[in-house]
Amino acid sequence: MSKLPKFDFDPHVLVGLDTSDDAAVYQLTEDLAMIQTVDFFTPVVDDPYLFGQIAAANALSDVYAMGGIPKVALNIVGFPNCLSPDVLSEIMKGGADKVKEAGAILIGGHSIQNDEPFYGLTVSGLVHPKKIQKNYGAKPGDCILLTKQIGTGIINTAAKVEFASERAKEESYRVMASLNRKGKEVMDQFTVHACTDITGFGLMGHALEMAEASKVTFHLHSSSIPYIPESLDYAELGMIPAGAYANRKFQEAKVDVSRISTAFQDLLFDPQSSGGLLYSIPMEEKERALEAFEKADLDTTVSCIGEVRELEEKNIILY
Amino acid sequence: MDKNLDCKGLACPLPVVEAKKAMEEMQEGILTVLVDNETAVQNLQRLGQKFQYAVASQKLSEKEFEVRIEVKKQDGVSKEKEATCTVVFSSNKMGEGAEELGHTLIKSFVFALSNVDPLPTAMVFYNSGAYLTSQDSPVLSDLKTLEKAGVKIMTCGLCADYYKIKEKLAVGIISNMYEIVETEMQSDKIIKP
Repeated sequence: MSKLPKFDFDPHVLVGLDTSDDAAVYQLTEDLAMIQTVDFFTPVVDDPYLFGQIAAANALSDVYAMGGIPKVALNIVGFPNCLSPDVLSEIMKGGADKVKEAGAILIGGHSIQNDEPFYGLTVSGLVHPKKIQKNYGAKPGDCILLTKQIGTGIINTAAKVEFASERAKEESYRVMASLNRKGKEVMDQFTVHACTDITGFGLMGHALEMAEASKVTFHLHSSSIPYIPESLDYAELGMIPAGAYANRKFQEAKVDVSRISTAFQDLLFDPQSSGGLLYSIPMEEKERALEAFEKADLDTTVSCIGEVRELEEKNIILY
Repeated sequence: MDKNLDCKGLACPLPVVEAKKAMEEMQEGILTVLVDNETAVQNLQRLGQKFQYAVASQKLSEKEFEVRIEVKKQDGVSKEKEATCTVVFSSNKMGEGAEELGHTLIKSFVFALSNVDPLPTAMVFYNSGAYLTSQDSPVLSDLKTLEKAGVKIMTCGLCADYYKIKEKLAVGIISNMYEIVETEMQSDKIIKP
């Protein structure tokens, strides 16, 4: 992106290219801004309906990460001639159901013929300009909150070779298809200093982006980080996707993982297909926030996974 | 008996599945696996380490890597299934009674433990036991010796947090209750000083 021609400064652009945030935000009026995002990927699971749900939940998540409400979505589809059109309609049905669950509307889209199927959405959402949640702004003393367990990339890898248990797959599918709506709505009642969602760069990568942009250091506690139990076993056996190694390579200079096991490190670098929201909130609101999450009854595990400190040599330290 | 596998062209993590199958069929020998990408190399290294086998790898060309796993099972069972023993430290002293004596006893217990054969598989430290793996521990050097010899040393994260000594951890890893319970469940023997 850095090689693209520069555009003239536009004061309406509230969140643009320069901070690698989750979505673009454009101010429409004094009290209204539009969030715009696009996301799609190739199948991560065999079941087309489930794949549609996951891809849509992932695309919608960018709007929640910015603190907004999704309003309008369009399909983006690539599909090969050799597959039955029934498969495509299942994928799109999964996507449409998620858009519905988000309270938004799906009003069209575009498809091309492509050897490998892909699916996703463009989503437009709305937010009050003063309530935009950026991926920076974490302050020393904050608590770091994560709204979904990790390990789905490793479970998917093991599932590809029929190695994952039914239980592990069931949990992984539920986590990936889960919409970040409820988590975002709970956090509407609290002070949010920074927010992002966990996707391809793994928990470590997205936490690192937040810590770096906020010029702070995160102390994360491995014992508090929720994960799908089987993912640790599969990581030990070497069922690790290539993306996890790529993430490790790019991120390891800025993090200190020396105190935790290799398998748990792999879990932190594991790319997530549609991960949870990561929040930095004032520590004094932690207990009330966790109580509110308890009441909201999410189908994923929410946990305070660490705290924010003044900037040290590394941006993230794992204990 | 040595074995060779050509896993070039197989998508990740299929080489791991093939290698695991081959390892299960082998008693002792070198398993050589050819793969065409580095992810597969790293995944095979983890697989070998999981069973505590020596692993070496070599880049033969841009698209060819060789991974050698030294399979060595004792009495026909892989090391993973060998009798396991976990030592559980729930306190930084040994037994009930005078505190000073308790501290002295735990020191000689850990020292003795570092000299037995076979060594325990894992050592778990919780509650005030967490002090034993921190910087100021009186048994630190023995624990480091044990760790070097391959004993898994795990300290309960919640406990280290509670006593505010997480940052002072000097040996082993911080673990969580799931890992601790799993280690204990899989252990054939649990010893508690």
